[in-house]
Amino acid sequence: MSKVRVLVGTRKGAFILTSDGKREKWGVSGPHFTGWEIYHFKGSPADPNRLYASQTSGWFGQVIQRSDDGGKTWHQPGTPPGEATTAPDGQPKGESNKFVYDTSAESGKPLTTHQWYDGTQHPWEFKRVWHLEPALKDPNTVYAGVEDAAIFRSTDGGVSWHELSGLRGHGTGPKWQPGAGGMCLHTILLDPSNPQRIWIAISAAGAFRTDDGGKTWKPINRGLKSQYIPDPNAEVGHCVHHIAMNPSRPGVLFMQKHWDVMRSNDAGDSWREVSGNLPTDFGFVIDVHAHEPETIYVVPIKSDGEHFVHDGKLRVYRSRTGGNEWEALTHGLPQSNCYVNVLRDAMAVDSLDKCGIYFGTTGGQVYVSPDAGDSWAPIVRDLPAVLSVEVQTLS
Amino acid sequence: MIRIVLPPHLRALAHVSGDVELDVDGPVTLRSALDALEARYPMLRGTIRDHGTLQRRPFLRFFACEQDLSHDPPDSPLPDAVVCGAEPLIVLGAIAGG
Repeated sequence: MSKVRVLVGTRKGAFILTSDGKREKWGVSGPHFTGWEIYHFKGSPADPNRLYASQTSGWFGQVIQRSDDGGKTWHQPGTPPGEATTAPDGQPKGESNKFVYDTSAESGKPLTTHQWYDGTQHPWEFKRVWHLEPALKDPNTVYAGVEDAAIFRSTDGGVSWHELSGLRGHGTGPKWQPGAGGMCLHTILLDPSNPQRIWIAISAAGAFRTDDGGKTWKPINRGLKSQYIPDPNAEVGHCVHHIAMNPSRPGVLFMQKHWDVMRSNDAGDSWREVSGNLPTDFGFVIDVHAHEPETIYVVPIKSDGEHFVHDGKLRVYRSRTGGNEWEALTHGLPQSNCYVNVLRDAMAVDSLDKCGIYFGTTGGQVYVSPDAGDSWAPIVRDLPAVLSVEVQTLS
Repeated sequence: MIRIVLPPHLRALAHVSGDVELDVDGPVTLRSALDALEARYPMLRGTIRDHGTLQRRPFLRFFACEQDLSHDPPDSPLPDAVVCGAEPLIVLGAIAGG
């Protein structure tokens, strides 16, 4: 019998929700890491018991946590429980929380400053890990998207981290600028058909792609239009909120931008708008059905100034035509006096026969639809604000 | 032997309850006390001081003997009562946010 495990990161800890394939009755474990912000929390496709979590705090900084038993126990990589925490020479071994930008003369030299809110240049400062993306085939390899925007990789299970500095070094860095939430690299997509290809997205710089395993990157923002950028052909500066892809068709990408829902059929080389009949095309999340690559989901948010759902109604919108034609999914969702947001990493899909859709809200609810969006039910109603939702389909 | 009081989040991270007791080699200063703390509990590296600069994180404060030591030079000697273990060095989260 298949099972699902839903990994929920919140403002005050992590929660693990489990159910069988019917997705009707749920067990809830947590809070883990009580009181800390869990920006993201994801399992390895190569070993579902290997989980990584980004534990962060404005007071205490960044901590990486790892579980090797599906979330029953946790440790910081480099300091496993029961093992000496110092090397024979007396030096601490714990390096897993250390994210240091590349400043080497060879590859780090051009990486200097980015644009600050007032238009002046500002040095890169590490703040937190927004997104952890475990590699598709190796549980010890994991990528981290961080604020201030950069991508790091660990190949030793999260013990040590090294920047793929070609991204910041590609030349447009001085034009990147933070959005209201900070200058964060929040999306990492790995191409299952080409291990050399990775997509990332940054608020507010835009989307980028590497075709050589992270050595060099190029901006892929042609077709994006942003009101606050006078140049219609601006290479960077766009506030991309999230990108999603169906693994069976990695050349087709769907994007929720600050405003506008976009689609690319050529791996990001060009984009066209598919907002169609959405009531508002501002939003954060976007995801793709596990088995129907033209079926996509968004949660429209009223506006950039009012980060809650439109008309007080929590509605997921589904397009079965790859965009432009959207239907509101409301069955089981509150349709009055609802003023929550759904943040960019807070939607996920399982891969059961009838695809399950999950999302979490800033009001602390996590909803599931076991029938691809036709009906919804809350799994939990009263968690802290949900920052991220991921799901593992377990056999 | 000195004593350090950590905020609850860091006690949980280090898997300790109550005060932390540490031996410090040489003069007891903020720097040597925090070095000894991080050597014993490396999971705390980066949570009190920046990994690279070793500067105090902005929302943390250091107190001892009813004095705010947060802006003292890191190599200043700590009060005698801390050095002999009669009083703890307190690492405190500043009041901010929720």
